[in-house]
Amino acid sequence: MAAARGVLDRGEPIRGPSAIGGDLRRTATLTIVIARTDFKLRFFGSVLGYVWQLMRPLMLFGVLYFVFTQLIHVANLPFYGVALLLGIVLFTFFSEATGGAVTCVMGRENLVRKIQFPRMVIPMSVVLTACFNLALNLVVVFIFASISGLTPRWTWLALLPLVLLLVAFASGLAMMLSALYVRYRDIQPIWEVFLQALFYGSLIIVPFETVVQQGHTQIAHILLADPLAAIVQEARNLVVGSAYVAAPRAIGGAGWLLVPIAIIVGTCVVGWRVFNREAPRIAEEL
Amino acid sequence: MPAAPKQAPAVTVENVFKRFRTPEEATHTLKERVLHPLRGHGHREFTALDDVSFEVRPGEFFGIVGRNGSGKSTLLKCLAGIYGVDSGQMFRRGRMATFIELGVGFNPDLAAYDNVVLNGIMMGLTSAEAKARYRKIIEFAELEDFQELKLKNYSSGMHVRLAFSVAIQVDADILLIDEVLAVGDAAFQQKCFDVFHRMREEERTILFVTHDMSAVMRFCHRAVLLEHGKVVALGEPREVGDLYMDLNFNHQAAQAQQRGARPGNGRARIVDAWIEDEQGLRHDHVRTGTRTTFRAVVEFHEAMEDPSLTVAFTNEQGQNVVIFSTILEHDRTGTFQPGEPAAFAVSFENILAPGRYAPIANLAHRGTGHELIDRWEKQLSIVVVGYGPTAGGIVDVPCEWEIGSGSRDQAIESSA
Repeated sequence: MAAARGVLDRGEPIRGPSAIGGDLRRTATLTIVIARTDFKLRFFGSVLGYVWQLMRPLMLFGVLYFVFTQLIHVANLPFYGVALLLGIVLFTFFSEATGGAVTCVMGRENLVRKIQFPRMVIPMSVVLTACFNLALNLVVVFIFASISGLTPRWTWLALLPLVLLLVAFASGLAMMLSALYVRYRDIQPIWEVFLQALFYGSLIIVPFETVVQQGHTQIAHILLADPLAAIVQEARNLVVGSAYVAAPRAIGGAGWLLVPIAIIVGTCVVGWRVFNREAPRIAEEL
Repeated sequence: MPAAPKQAPAVTVENVFKRFRTPEEATHTLKERVLHPLRGHGHREFTALDDVSFEVRPGEFFGIVGRNGSGKSTLLKCLAGIYGVDSGQMFRRGRMATFIELGVGFNPDLAAYDNVVLNGIMMGLTSAEAKARYRKIIEFAELEDFQELKLKNYSSGMHVRLAFSVAIQVDADILLIDEVLAVGDAAFQQKCFDVFHRMREEERTILFVTHDMSAVMRFCHRAVLLEHGKVVALGEPREVGDLYMDLNFNHQAAQAQQRGARPGNGRARIVDAWIEDEQGLRHDHVRTGTRTTFRAVVEFHEAMEDPSLTVAFTNEQGQNVVIFSTILEHDRTGTFQPGEPAAFAVSFENILAPGRYAPIANLAHRGTGHELIDRWEKQLSIVVVGYGPTAGGIVDVPCEWEIGSGSRDQAIESSA
């Protein structure tokens, strides 16, 4: 009988849960549907909907702009306001995508325990929802830039690949954090503190140029090894212009750019590996 | 194994093992890991599925039965692809859908349409399919008038109806159904069972996880019985059912022994009790609508006058569906001498609905308060088997329908 059974085609093997589940299309569809739903809920969930979504970065911007231009003179740079808002918007995306990813698998416990679907959908939908917000916030940045007196330029379009790089970085971290949180619950406070440090360390309030003006050129170069700082720097150059040094020159030679790029690639590889390793057991460990 | 399958199996499970590791001490934080790096990763291993193998034929209604903790739900989750297995293989032929819980992922802040599409996609439909089926789903749920309402404003009944109609619109060849699906009010349970019946007739392959033997006997072609993660029986529902009863019986008897004391003052003992069918044969299955007899043998340890015997048939929900008592109909039961066994029997027309019942017999002294002498409980359980589908009541009362034309007034006239 065993021999006969061997000959029989037994159909498709049933596999356990995994990150993608061998079905990239279903993963993508589900990610988009869930992200869209989340976005819609936040957008239409309350009377003022999107206003609240926008309020957080704008409030932060307002306070910081007032403090650092009226009280403490941090930068004598043209269009500091635009540069600051751009930095805050990019950071808000990063913080939303990674911070939200930490607890996301836990938050969808019910789905994970009851339905078979590619586990990768969960962190990726968080990142995608943050992307939707980023797109809207960037529109606000562009409007603000135009009002401030900047004329729209073709280089603004070059922001797109830069943003994709940022999304890749955030995705790598989202995979890693969401998988690790299932095992180690203190990832959440650790990451909160880390984000806070990153906000001040990523040259968002005090721009690269100011640090250099103060004579800390070496420190400025080192700070640009942080992918977030490098991306913000390059974005400012693209949006505002040459008053903000392009990232390759700022870091001290295009070759040095390999450092933040290597960090992004490394984060993605490690994040993917960690998530892949944890995905089959997530339902049991929750 | 009865009759070798001619067709290739719809589901194959081969030597499946599943272990769960539970850490000795839950180290859920990095801090603990860092502070106590040497505390080791002490794990307790628990084998939930131990070398499980079986095949399910296409079109079969297959029961997966077992007591709580026997591994049946783990098996379902492994089949559904929610848990990975440690070793062994599983195969399926055709599209599979899992019903472990209804309306998983429903969002209370969204209206029916968004929820249906979301849920449909989660269950394995493409988004185009989910959108195309929305009409049918909302019609089946009878919620056409409430489509705009957010789900949080739905009554629980509407919620369940919507979830159930999404679930059955996912046309799969193989369905994995957990018994929790059938919870809810009786009317909804019946709707579930009706759908199961229809699916059975459509010859879809269904794997049904339950601990309710009556459901297994009602629906299943074959069943597998799990105990401590091992397959202990595989075959006809009746054989599996008998074994399941034994398992339960042994377990409960052991529990009773552990508890030690038996209720009552012990001046007499009910030494045996059983159910007989029409032919007077001892059975643990009886058919609805037949003459059924409950018999008990009592041994008296001292002389006694007119003790009473009361027998309650409780169903799985713990309701006393019917109670027979000598107090009402046979006040004087007579005088009994010590050492003399006495037989009590009560015969009745069995109108109990299909299901499992545990007869509980109470022997008591005559007089005020009816002081308890002995109680016989949880040692006997019988299954009432029906002829076909029932409407879902507690009892099956024989009835006749009269259907004809006529207005309301005529009906009132004729009844007057």
